[in-house]
Amino acid sequence: MIVASNLTKRYPGGLQALHDVSFEISAGEMVCVTGHSGAGKTTLIKLISTIEAPTAGSLLVNGQNLAALRRSALPFVRRNFGLIFQDQKLLFDRSALENVLLPLEIVGLPYREAVRRAQAALDKVGLLERAKANPVALSGGEQQRLAIARAVVNRPAVLVADEPTGNLDADSAEQIFAIFESFHQVGVTVVIATHDLGCIRRFEPRVLRLDHGRLL
Amino acid sequence: MNSWLAQHQAACGRAVRRLLAAPLNTLLSLLVIGIALTIPAFGYLVLDSLRQLGHGAAGAQQVSVFMQLDAGKKEVAEIEARLQAAAPGRWRFVPRDEALARLKGNEGMAEIVASLPRNPLPDAFVVEPPNPAPEALEVLKKEISGWPKVEHVQLDSAWVRRFDAFIRIGRLALGMLAAVFAAGLVAVTFNTIRLQVLGHAAEIEVARMIGATDAFISRPFHYFGALQGAAGGLLAALLVALGLALLAGPVGELAALYGAQFALRSPGLAEVAALVGCGGLLGWLGGQLSVRLSLRKFD
Repeated sequence: MIVASNLTKRYPGGLQALHDVSFEISAGEMVCVTGHSGAGKTTLIKLISTIEAPTAGSLLVNGQNLAALRRSALPFVRRNFGLIFQDQKLLFDRSALENVLLPLEIVGLPYREAVRRAQAALDKVGLLERAKANPVALSGGEQQRLAIARAVVNRPAVLVADEPTGNLDADSAEQIFAIFESFHQVGVTVVIATHDLGCIRRFEPRVLRLDHGRLL
Repeated sequence: MNSWLAQHQAACGRAVRRLLAAPLNTLLSLLVIGIALTIPAFGYLVLDSLRQLGHGAAGAQQVSVFMQLDAGKKEVAEIEARLQAAAPGRWRFVPRDEALARLKGNEGMAEIVASLPRNPLPDAFVVEPPNPAPEALEVLKKEISGWPKVEHVQLDSAWVRRFDAFIRIGRLALGMLAAVFAAGLVAVTFNTIRLQVLGHAAEIEVARMIGATDAFISRPFHYFGALQGAAGGLLAALLVALGLALLAGPVGELAALYGAQFALRSPGLAEVAALVGCGGLLGWLGGQLSVRLSLRKFD
């Protein structure tokens, strides 16, 4: 599914975020990326989800070499990923339902069908009754669940999450991980960057441990 | 195809909602665009009305031949014979008595004519040559001038030509003015759309990360520009029609004072459509340029 060989990322200004990182993630796997803060977790997540391009090395997703893709092809690759950010990146000028509708509008799904699917996604994360609420009115845990609904509504092959429980209390974090687990069980590949060791103890996923940009 | 249509429909709907979301801004932009389009459109209609006045005027292609005052019946017959021989189309003889009688018929002239000791008007021919090209008329004028007892040959088309030249200059000036205002309209749209893009930065950033194409992101802004421009064009058409309606009364009175029939033309359906189309096209262009430049920062 995802094959990384010798991934290196250097940011302008000389910061070397990743050194020569190689790994493979097969379809349906659940993988946790851990490490101290600044170890390169977020950079790795951004490279995997094609938001940023590596300085060196190659990344294959479904056999496609991302470096060889034209810029205009990137949006279509990105649709394979459901992205969950630490800061959620919800849109506060619209309701929860409309936030979840955005990925479906992007792929051009007819409105009725889109609403039906968005509602199903909200139901899946337990937010159906808050569909009309503005995300501002939701709690931190609810906002993260809304972000998950938006990530999964398009039925992506890979769920990629960056510190999804970073700002949440233990109970909310538990709920979030349970949702990831349920997607993993139905065959979705899940990649989570986290320093929440509770998650690792509970689900025993494969762990990629980063230290100062190197894979241990 | 269906999905394509649905995408455009959605983008158009989004553009309309964005326009309505800030009614004051929209209204101000519409006013700027409307006024920018009104000025050239108004000028065009006034010039066009004047041009038609020039073309509709009698005598556009006539040549008037005035005899000397002492020319007698014999000389008149001579000219008639020569005109016949030269066969320059239709012609009509206006005897000096008839001309005087006609002058008397004109309002306010009767008293003046009555006070004259004798008829000051010469015999005249009004010639309508078959070939009204200016060069042909010039040649004809030269030829007739050389005939005996001919005092003066006048090309009545001369003033029409001067008038046409004047209209042409007017049109050229108007064209330049229109180009300047069109550039202004593109600039106004450019700026509005740039602010729109900045206002939707969060949405654009998220949409990009979850797989939106540039086309998807730009489309609502293109519609925004086009709709705003088209609405501005419609407003311009209204303003022009209103302006012409207000002017119609005074212009009619002025024309009546000169004994002429002249009315400023209102914009027709085709012209309204052209204004809306131009506005829409220029707005779309401004939006296109603006989005292309503004989206660069999201890379």
